Amino acid sequence: METAEHPQTNRGRFRWGEPIFFNLTRAAAVLTLLLLAAIILSLVHGSWPAIQKFGGHFLLSGDWNPPKDQFGALIPIYGTLVTSIIALLIAVPVSFGIALFLTELSPPWLRMPLGIAIELLAAIPSIVYGMWGLLYYAPIFSQYAQPILHHTLGQIPIIGALFSGPMMGIGILSASVILAIMIIPFIASVIRDVFAVTPAMLKESAYGLGCTTWEVVWHVVLPYTKVGVIGGIMLGLGRALGETMAVTFLIGNTNFFNGFSLFLPGNSIASALANEFAEAESPLYTAALLELGLILFVITFIVLALSKLLLRHLSR
Amino acid sequence: MKEQKTTLEPVIIAKNLDFYYGNIHALKNINLEIYNRHVTAFIGPSGCGKSTLLRTMNRMYNLYPEQRASGMLLLDGENVLESGVDVNVLRAKVGMVFQKPTPFPMSIYENIAFGVRLHERLSKQQMNERVEWALLQAALWEETKDKLNQSGMNLSGGQQQRLCIARAIAVKPKVLLLDEPTSALDPISTMHIEELIAELKTEFTIVIVTHNMQQAARISDYTAYMYMGELIEFGLTDQIFIEPREKQTMDYITGRFG
Repeated sequence: METAEHPQTNRGRFRWGEPIFFNLTRAAAVLTLLLLAAIILSLVHGSWPAIQKFGGHFLLSGDWNPPKDQFGALIPIYGTLVTSIIALLIAVPVSFGIALFLTELSPPWLRMPLGIAIELLAAIPSIVYGMWGLLYYAPIFSQYAQPILHHTLGQIPIIGALFSGPMMGIGILSASVILAIMIIPFIASVIRDVFAVTPAMLKESAYGLGCTTWEVVWHVVLPYTKVGVIGGIMLGLGRALGETMAVTFLIGNTNFFNGFSLFLPGNSIASALANEFAEAESPLYTAALLELGLILFVITFIVLALSKLLLRHLSR
Repeated sequence: MKEQKTTLEPVIIAKNLDFYYGNIHALKNINLEIYNRHVTAFIGPSGCGKSTLLRTMNRMYNLYPEQRASGMLLLDGENVLESGVDVNVLRAKVGMVFQKPTPFPMSIYENIAFGVRLHERLSKQQMNERVEWALLQAALWEETKDKLNQSGMNLSGGQQQRLCIARAIAVKPKVLLLDEPTSALDPISTMHIEELIAELKTEFTIVIVTHNMQQAARISDYTAYMYMGELIEFGLTDQIFIEPREKQTMDYITGRFG
């Protein structure tokens, strides 16, 4: 029997190229992991004095008192979560509407310019959002939006408490609205993109049964694209949790808890870090701030993990 | 003009129907009758306008602003091309099945109940009966009765297409438009669908676009041959395939062209 012999080729030149390329790409991936590990380790190392001193109490105490070297992270954690959640509550329906309009309703000539304009919103640096928010948006917000909210939602029992108090234009709600504006372009363009790849035939099938545009999008397109839509929302949430400069300008940077009203100033983790890092004199103060950073990292990680779990559950 | 059978009753009548994609004149002065409870097949080479003609009948073209139709398309005597017509109601009367199976991302049961709910308010019991009826009609009941709550997207291609047919007939349309319904299916599944079409014509008027001439010959009662946006010849399927009047039709069905 004759064994098939490979024809002579110049494949020898790949003999070294292949492993080199393989190792280069692997090195890139490993390096990223190493950096991640290094960051976590330095955060833990840096915050160790605070972790040792306060333990779990750090998460539960709202007492942030640098002169007395007394630190509790509850206020910034609360501010971070609340601003991000409110930003999502505002941004998700608006982004959904934008995506729906751009993919299903808009006249074709308007699609491109409008889509680009919305993506441009994402290109505005966050410091600009902060300055614009403080100088232009906050006065308008306090003069018009807050009174309206107070007189409408503020009159409803229980949730009315959220819309009471001083109307300064600066505070949790104010920062949340700016955050919403900042994450809308991300969420909207992801939702638009996944809506746009829904097969035309699937949509036509639903229209062919007598569905209205709303029914097609709500009952067919949205379930079909849910994985991508949730991915887009998580992208926005991740950005909202870590957003620093714009929030710093608008949240009020108060480490005291004066009530649940959303009109009141508060603080967020990222904002606290930006404001206080330079003035942290005692080692424990620095450690407490680093622990705040670690907590933000953990929160973001949990959000990411939950969204992965959710996606796995949905795609089954 | 046509061979007459005693009970021939036109459900759809096209009169001087023209269709445009922007500036492209895609259907030219179509005059045609679709008869109640018969199968009418549209054949012709790609781009001849057969799918376009089909999509005029449920005004699917309305989704695309640059597409428009003029002339008359009468369904039960009413011109469906007029602007005042409620397309959602029209589409309940004229169901459609597409080239590829398009199950909705929901359970088998919901795939069928969804369309029914758009137009009718049924009790749970009535809805169950309707779903069973539609699946029985589409010859899918035996295969799916134990897994109605599973996703319709997990069925095989042929089953998915029968699900789409069940979904369309569950709304109880008068006319069923089939746009190359077997072009994505294997021969066995194709055979099932063809058998199904023969069953369904006892209750529904069926219009089918097909690129497969044997299929048209097997399942249709009437055939329309189209070329370059014009209706070249329309008649009983046997007549079209055995003794076409037009030379063009002859060339196409004998495979000399197209």
